[in-house]
Amino acid sequence: MFAYLVRRLLYAVPILIGVNLLTFALFFMVNTPDDMARMQLGVKRVTPEAIAKWKADRGYDRPLFINSAASGVGIVTETIFFDKSARMFVGDFGRAEDGRDIAREITARMGPSLAIALPSFLLGLLVTVSFALLLTFFRASYLDFWGVVLCVAMMSISTLFYIIGGQFLVSKVWRLVPISGYGAGLDAWKFVILPVAIGVIAGIGASARWYRTIFIEEIDKDYVRTARAKGLSEWSVLFRHVLRNGMIPILTGVVVVIPLLFMGSLLSESFFGIPGLGSYTIDAINAQDFAVVRAMVFIGSVLYIVGLTLTDLSYTLVDPRIRFE
Amino acid sequence: MDFLPVILWSDLLLWSLVLVSLVLGLLSRRNPLLRGAWRRVGASRAGMASATVLLAYLLIGLLDSLHYRPRLPETAAQTAAADEPRAAYAVDVHSLLDRLLWSLRTRNEKTYSEPLATRAYAKETIEVEGPGGQRLQQRDYPRLKHGGAHLGDHEAGRHADIGQRLLRAGGLAVLIWLVTAAWVATARSRATGGTPVQAWRQIWRNQSAFAWNAVLAAFAALLLSAAAIAFLAGDYHVFGTDKVGQDVLYQVLKSVRTALVVGLVTTLVTLPLSIFMGVLAGYFRGWVDDLIQYLYTTLSSIPGVLLVAAAVLMIQIVIDTHPQWFVTAVERADLRLLALCFILGLTSWTSVCRLLRGETMKLRELEYIQAAQAFGVADLRIIARHILPNLMHLVIIALVMDFSSLVLAEAVLSYVGIGVDPTTISFGMMINNARMELAREPVVWWSLVAAFAFMFVLVLAANLLADAVRDAFDPRQAGAA
Amino acid sequence: MMAFPIALLSVLLLLSACGSEQNDPYPVSERGRNIFYAAFTDRPKHLDPVQSYSENEIIFTAQIYEPPLQYHYLKRPYTLIPATAETVPKPRYLDAQGHELPSDAPAATIAYSVYEIRLRPGIRYQPHPAFAVDDAGKPQYHPLDRARLAGIEKIADFPKTGSRELLADDYIYQIKRLAHPRLHSPIFSLMAERIVGLNELGKSLHAAARTLPADAWLDLDQYPLPGVTRVDPLTYRITLHGKYPPFVYWLAMPFFAPVPREVDRFYGQPGMAEKNLTLDWYPVGTGPFMLTENNPNSRMVLERNPNFHGETYPCDGDADDRAAGRLADCGKPLPFIDRAVFSREKESIPYWNKFLQGYYDASGISEDSFDQAVRLAVGGDVQLTDEMRQKGIRLLTSVRASVFYMGFNMLDPVVGGLSPAATRLRQALSIAIDEEEFIAIFMNGRGIPANSPLPPGIFGYVEGQAGINPVIYDWEGDAGNGRPRRKPIAVARQLLAEAGWPNGRHAATGDPLVLYLDTTASGMGDKSRLDWLTRQFAKLDIQLVVRSTDYNRFQDKVRRGAVQLYYLGWNADYPDPENFLFLLAGSEGKVAKGGENASNYVNPVYDRLFEQMKNMESDGPHGGERLAIIRQAVAVLQHDAPWIFGSHPKSYTLSHQWLYNRKPTDMGNNTLKYQRIDVERRQALRQEWNRPVWWPLLAMAVGLLLIILPAVFAYRRRERGTAR
Repeated sequence: MFAYLVRRLLYAVPILIGVNLLTFALFFMVNTPDDMARMQLGVKRVTPEAIAKWKADRGYDRPLFINSAASGVGIVTETIFFDKSARMFVGDFGRAEDGRDIAREITARMGPSLAIALPSFLLGLLVTVSFALLLTFFRASYLDFWGVVLCVAMMSISTLFYIIGGQFLVSKVWRLVPISGYGAGLDAWKFVILPVAIGVIAGIGASARWYRTIFIEEIDKDYVRTARAKGLSEWSVLFRHVLRNGMIPILTGVVVVIPLLFMGSLLSESFFGIPGLGSYTIDAINAQDFAVVRAMVFIGSVLYIVGLTLTDLSYTLVDPRIRFE
Repeated sequence: MDFLPVILWSDLLLWSLVLVSLVLGLLSRRNPLLRGAWRRVGASRAGMASATVLLAYLLIGLLDSLHYRPRLPETAAQTAAADEPRAAYAVDVHSLLDRLLWSLRTRNEKTYSEPLATRAYAKETIEVEGPGGQRLQQRDYPRLKHGGAHLGDHEAGRHADIGQRLLRAGGLAVLIWLVTAAWVATARSRATGGTPVQAWRQIWRNQSAFAWNAVLAAFAALLLSAAAIAFLAGDYHVFGTDKVGQDVLYQVLKSVRTALVVGLVTTLVTLPLSIFMGVLAGYFRGWVDDLIQYLYTTLSSIPGVLLVAAAVLMIQIVIDTHPQWFVTAVERADLRLLALCFILGLTSWTSVCRLLRGETMKLRELEYIQAAQAFGVADLRIIARHILPNLMHLVIIALVMDFSSLVLAEAVLSYVGIGVDPTTISFGMMINNARMELAREPVVWWSLVAAFAFMFVLVLAANLLADAVRDAFDPRQAGAA
Repeated sequence: MMAFPIALLSVLLLLSACGSEQNDPYPVSERGRNIFYAAFTDRPKHLDPVQSYSENEIIFTAQIYEPPLQYHYLKRPYTLIPATAETVPKPRYLDAQGHELPSDAPAATIAYSVYEIRLRPGIRYQPHPAFAVDDAGKPQYHPLDRARLAGIEKIADFPKTGSRELLADDYIYQIKRLAHPRLHSPIFSLMAERIVGLNELGKSLHAAARTLPADAWLDLDQYPLPGVTRVDPLTYRITLHGKYPPFVYWLAMPFFAPVPREVDRFYGQPGMAEKNLTLDWYPVGTGPFMLTENNPNSRMVLERNPNFHGETYPCDGDADDRAAGRLADCGKPLPFIDRAVFSREKESIPYWNKFLQGYYDASGISEDSFDQAVRLAVGGDVQLTDEMRQKGIRLLTSVRASVFYMGFNMLDPVVGGLSPAATRLRQALSIAIDEEEFIAIFMNGRGIPANSPLPPGIFGYVEGQAGINPVIYDWEGDAGNGRPRRKPIAVARQLLAEAGWPNGRHAATGDPLVLYLDTTASGMGDKSRLDWLTRQFAKLDIQLVVRSTDYNRFQDKVRRGAVQLYYLGWNADYPDPENFLFLLAGSEGKVAKGGENASNYVNPVYDRLFEQMKNMESDGPHGGERLAIIRQAVAVLQHDAPWIFGSHPKSYTLSHQWLYNRKPTDMGNNTLKYQRIDVERRQALRQEWNRPVWWPLLAMAVGLLLIILPAVFAYRRRERGTAR
């Protein structure tokens, strides 16, 4: 197991290098250092000298990948790529183009992001699994049929509609929660409740339908029949056997997204004014602050790899027969 | 010629997609497995009803994919100068759909009006003539320039007029439907050798192998709504008008093509890549597998939105630095749309590739393929003969499953500001532009509702068809059912 | 499915006991307190007065920093009054030998202008740890090392604070900071040309910074700046090259606010920047407010500065100020409010809705949201919709000192150049694009059509018949009581024909005239606006191709002169015509000189007139002469039409009935101190407007029950069935 983890980690390194190179190339094609300088220095009275000064100050006056003017290791290290991208491997995200420390910003914003993403995820799992169980229980009845139809209808509705409609109804017409914003500590609950509810409802359609097929597959198996023959009630069959066994594919399926919860949700964070990582990313895209975008890409891919590893681990945990050589 | 045909890249791809699927459909009749699967799709009532609806959307999209530039009238100088004057064409590109909807496109109001309204949505100070002939200023809802203009002073007759039009539309729809139904019954009776009445009874009782009753039901619903809209759209704004007074119905219809292009072309352009890579990785394994795995893990580990944002911005730069490539704004917008499709494909490519790789690995362990290898059959031949046909069901499932999520993704990307070109009408752009309207007092709901409703029907139909296709093609499901 | 709404319901029911305003975004403890609530859309990037230049930053910096001068809150045209200075300084002029010249000496003879600024005594800084001293009188927090900084995350974590009197040295130090090698002041190159020795200081500082490690503090007092000298502890003197009358306006901007050396040294200590402990994050000033919470992602809080030197509400203003009740608080001490909370609002829907619910006292909402509050009446004036008026919301308008325009690239072979043909083409387009309609549709009347670059309120703007652009407008009615009327489209077509493009086709070849407009998505990118614009060009049978692109690309194209038509705008830095007319000066050419003249317009006649008016004063004996020169220059522009003079936008401020003394202003941004709030009234109205609606939740719960119950019965039946 330990050897497996080490190998996995080693495998992550080339992937992260690839991600880094790719995003670096993409963003520098989009945005030359001159563009960045102009973006940061504003609209009015930007002189070429001011741009040169900004670039020198931020270290953008170096070559991109290879510095032939330097000597020794400097050929590689005294370059923009090394300075801006490679340092991320040691957790040094550097500064945003407006001069603020990215790592600090990320730690500050993680909380609000998690405050939305984690409850959405857990509640969503709870609600969809119970809904799917309900459908399984009433399989082949009118409830099941209309339930599935409802699922398909719900997954055909754009997320934007849930957000716009939910905000309109609950906050504007019914005036039950603040429209947007975020509060520190316990004050946050009234801001969190609506985005979480919308997150849960928007996710029901697709997941509940998927879970239902898993449960129905499970319910046709022999051991379930045996349990039923023992005279167990339908509920206990569902909970004790079907749910427990059905949860394995469900959990292994969702484990990959757990680390990515840190990244927050782009849409609901900007609609609800929640100062999380999702809105940070959107802001950075709009402001073309690619130092931030590169950092977010890097963190995103690290978390994705963690998620993949967790998935593999979860297979071994739920099914001891699987071993990693 | 009075016009210059313009073939946009997306037109080409959309039409060739239709042709290719027709050809593939014909080819798949030869393969008994696929034929059986398609039969199962044909028997699914929900699937066939949605297919009918999707065909209607496709028709709109295809009509909107025939572009041309109208010719400009000759100038006196030109006629005088040369015997054979060089024709000059407008830089606006129109489509056949624009031509058909010309009145919708041009009859603009000043600003917002409700669906089927005859008056604007907000009061304005207007000057009216008082009883003594003097001019009075009065705050009232001004009459629309076009909406209900035919009513003249009889605005009170609006409801009666609408009712009458609806009745006429209903009558016509019923008539057409009856003719179609009779035609279907006759055709069926010829094929099965019974009387048309027997055939009709079979259809009605859902005893025919093909779900004709679902098709006819969906057709009836389509006919009714299309006829109603067609009868009303001549003199009213059926879905109201937007901020600058443009007809919302026109915008919704134009959005259909964008949605179809995003949904279909995206998968089409990246499918060959994912099939190629997936099969290669699964079949050859070793370093090829490692490389391809590395490639798709790297790509899929980058958060999708960020990758799309970077790539869209990059394409925009390419477009901006080569203005000479484009004669018209539509061509620019089209390239951006295509680029968006490619990029979306790039992000969705990886999952299909992974799936195909896994399936190929399973297939190559099968005995007959091992045997073929032992006989020294060339690898390419094995892939073409034995592996690819057995992957077709996965490919088809991927194609239909991706469609709806891509249509939804377009809306979100346009919202974030990295979607289609601002001059392209799409559901995402409509939603993005109409977002503010919900905050108005009183609420302006129709643009948003119209866009969401049309998108919902499209996505719902696509989802239902995708379900039917998956159930029919997935061997596990087919065995279980 | 079922569990969730019920849980929601119970939580909400539980909390409904707390009060009636369920949707109050602020803590309950803040209710009934004298707090001003507003919103901001973009994160402020810099709060350091050397760097900060954008409008979303000046909302904060103007309340905190006090430059020597400020604008009178009520008087229009904008009038400078002293803030921390005793008086508004009058420049003394010297020739090259240092002899004093009379104030009306010709500009060419003036080698130096000297501004002497005398500060009022007894002005003190806000409490700040940089001023804290220990018992021995040594700075408490200098020198600090990383170890002592360990437990400190924000500025409030320093237990001790101090304050001290404002001195002339602080202003001098800040002027030196303009040349700081690690700070990027947008006005450095502008001021380096003017302030004696600033350019040299920049060079020597740059050289010095190279020898120091990257995070070391650079003590600016070690480097001399001959153009700025201290006369006595409360007086300093600035010497400029030549004559530069607009300089007094710069003295009202935060660029010339005081920054004490100890504050700079405090923030310059190692380890500070990593914790965002910088002047960019925690400004220090003498103004009426101080920044106590800086969380640009969600909220910024300004609190009353306990050491504020005191100021009273103005007693004189414009004619309409008395009628509007803005003089009622005459003589009362400022500021009125204790605290101002600015919340980040990125999306305009929530912003607008919160304003309507009473959770923002005033709204400075951007373009979009106003058109739902405001209607355009026939006469072109605007009024609130009935819904707004019922709520007692007030609307304040004023024309901003800005201009939006569509520029032609004068280097372009088709539309550029001063040849008669190209000029006619530009004139034709100027007539065809109906700005009045554009303002009515897209700006909801929030603007007036521009006749020249100069907006109303700026010296040189002329009202009435004399002020119209004769190329575009005719005057309808008599001179006193008429209005301008756009020339008919036939005139434009005629001009177009004379330009060699009859009916939009080349006279010789018959090729259609195709023009290209470059825009940024945020500017004109909106689809409906582009459609409208295409229709305007179609009036002349000209085909328009719009290329919308991102901001960087757009700027780049403008810089390379690769555009044909473009949209841009300009907000005045100071209320002087020079600040607008320089946008078309040949010496500012974008391609040639990298200046602000994006049209690359060069006309020697105009340039000569511009140079003449640049160094003249609007008031005083030569005012009339200056006006005549400006009129001539504007006439040249109107004929050459390098821009289609679009519009001067109006700023609209909506404010609730409980907010007093609101007056829109473009120049002075330190307006927070004048605002007053009727807290009781606000509390009562908020409560009335925000009664929650509970029945939908109950209905949802009942609906769910109705769906679930039959299922439960069915289950019971089935269970019994199996039991049997």
